[in-house]
Amino acid sequence: MKLRKASAAAAAALVLSLTATACGGGSGSDGDDGKITIGIKFDQPGLGLKKPDGTFAGFDVDVATYVAKELGYEAKDIEWKQTPSAERENMIANGDVKFVVASYSINDERKQKVDFAGPYFVAHQDLLVRADDSSITKAEDLNSKKLCSVTGSTPAQNVKEKLAPKADLQEFGGYSECLTGLENKAVDAITTDDSILAGYASQKEHQGKFKLTGLKLSDENYGIGLKKGDTDLQSKINKALEKMESDGSWEKAVKANFGPANYKNDPAPKITEGS
Amino acid sequence: MFDFLDSGRYDLLGAFWVTVQLTLYSAIGSLIWGTLLAGMRVGPVPVMRAFGTAYVNVVRNTPLTVVIVGCSVGLGQTLQITLGGEDFKTMGFRLAVLGFIAYTSTFVCEALRSGINTVPVGQAEAARALGLSFVQVLTLVVLPQAFRAVVAPLANVLIALTKNTTVAAAIGVAEASLLMKEMIENETSALFAVFALFAFGFIVLTLPMGLILGWVSKRVAVKR
Repeated sequence: MKLRKASAAAAAALVLSLTATACGGGSGSDGDDGKITIGIKFDQPGLGLKKPDGTFAGFDVDVATYVAKELGYEAKDIEWKQTPSAERENMIANGDVKFVVASYSINDERKQKVDFAGPYFVAHQDLLVRADDSSITKAEDLNSKKLCSVTGSTPAQNVKEKLAPKADLQEFGGYSECLTGLENKAVDAITTDDSILAGYASQKEHQGKFKLTGLKLSDENYGIGLKKGDTDLQSKINKALEKMESDGSWEKAVKANFGPANYKNDPAPKITEGS
Repeated sequence: MFDFLDSGRYDLLGAFWVTVQLTLYSAIGSLIWGTLLAGMRVGPVPVMRAFGTAYVNVVRNTPLTVVIVGCSVGLGQTLQITLGGEDFKTMGFRLAVLGFIAYTSTFVCEALRSGINTVPVGQAEAARALGLSFVQVLTLVVLPQAFRAVVAPLANVLIALTKNTTVAAAIGVAEASLLMKEMIENETSALFAVFALFAFGFIVLTLPMGLILGWVSKRVAVKR
C-alpha cells in the first residue's frame, strides 16, 4: 500500500490536533468523600442499563456493586458513570472512573493502555434469530443470510473478515434498529456477544420472540478495566471476583439477568489477569 | 504512531471514495430538487407555494440522523422499498443518497431563494411585460442571475453536505466514518491518531472545495 506517505502527512496533522486537545481532566473523584465512581454501559439490557426511574440494572452492574462492597463501599456510595466503548481507555487513564465494568473484552491492544482484573465472564459471539427459525446451524450457513450488527463493532468486523464474508451484512448505530429488522423479517439474524443478545431477548417486550443459536463463534473474556500499574486494586478486585463466585452470588446474578432468554452461559472463568 | 495504516487491513482510500461518491450524487440530486423547491416557493400557484414552504420547514428542522435512519428502517426495512438495491450495501447507499437529497435540498432551496431576491423586481416585471410565462421568467431571466449570486452560500452547503455524509455510517454505508469506527474499536492505543487522520482526510476534501468555489463566486458574481 502507498500509505506510508499518508501516515507521514497524518502525523503532521496530529501534532496540530494534540496541541488543541489539552483537555482539562482528572477531577479525581475517588476516596475523599467515601464515594467510588464506576464506569458501566447505560444502554445494554442485561448488562448495564439505566432504567427510566434512574436506577441501574444488569449483570455488569451486579458485579460492580459486589466488587465495590468488597472494597468497602455501600451501594449508595457508588456513582455510576457512562463509559461508551470508544472512551473507556481514556476515562480510566484520566481517573474519571475508578474501574470499568462494561462488557469490556480483554485483549493485548487494550492492555497497552489499561490493566484488567478478572475475567469475570466469558461471552461468545452468537446469533439471535426468530424463535421459529432453525435454518442456521453452523457459521457457513451465514453466507446466504442477511445479518445485522452494530456499525464498526468487533462482531461486525469478524463477519466481514472471517466468519462469512459473503453474508449480506447491515450495520446500524444500535441493536434496537436491528431488532426492528429481525422482527419484520428484513434481516435473518443479529450477531454480537451472546450476553448482549440474551439481554435483549430477556426484555419483557421481546420474550418468546427470539432465540439464541448457541454457536460459539468467538471467545470474549470480559474483564474489569482499571488504571495501568494499579496492582493493589487489581488483586483486590480479583479476590472480590473469586469470592463472588464461591459464595454463589455470581450464579444468582447470571440467572437474574439472562435467565428468561434460556441462555446457556459458560461457568465462571478462572482469574487470569494480575501479577 | 500510524503503523496501523501499513497493516493493509484498512482500505482508507476506498472509504473516502465512498464518501466522495455519496457527496457527489447527493449534491447533484439536491441541486435539482432544491431548484424545483425554490421554483415552487416563488411560484404563482398557492398549492405549490404551500407545499414548498411546508416541505422545507419540516425537513430542514428534522435532525439528519432521523432522516437517514428513517430512510433505512422506515422505507428500507419496514416498507421494503429497496430502490433496486440487491443487497444491504447498494440499498443502504441509495437510501442514504435519497435521505441526503431530501435534507440538503431544503438548504439549497433557501440559498437560491435569497439569490432570487438579489435580482431586481423590475427585471421580472419587464420580462412579464414582454409576454414571458412564469417558467420562462424564472429560467431565462431570474435563475441565471440568482445562481451567480449564491455560489458562495452553496459552497457552504456543499461542505456541510460532505461532512454530513458521515451520518450514513448509522445505517452501515461503508464510508469514512464507518472505517473510523472500526479503527477506534481495534486501535485503542492510537485513538487520537485515528481522529487526526480522519479530520485530515475531510480537510483534504473540503478545503479545496471552499477555495475553488470562493474563487468561482468572485468570478461569476453579478456586478451591480
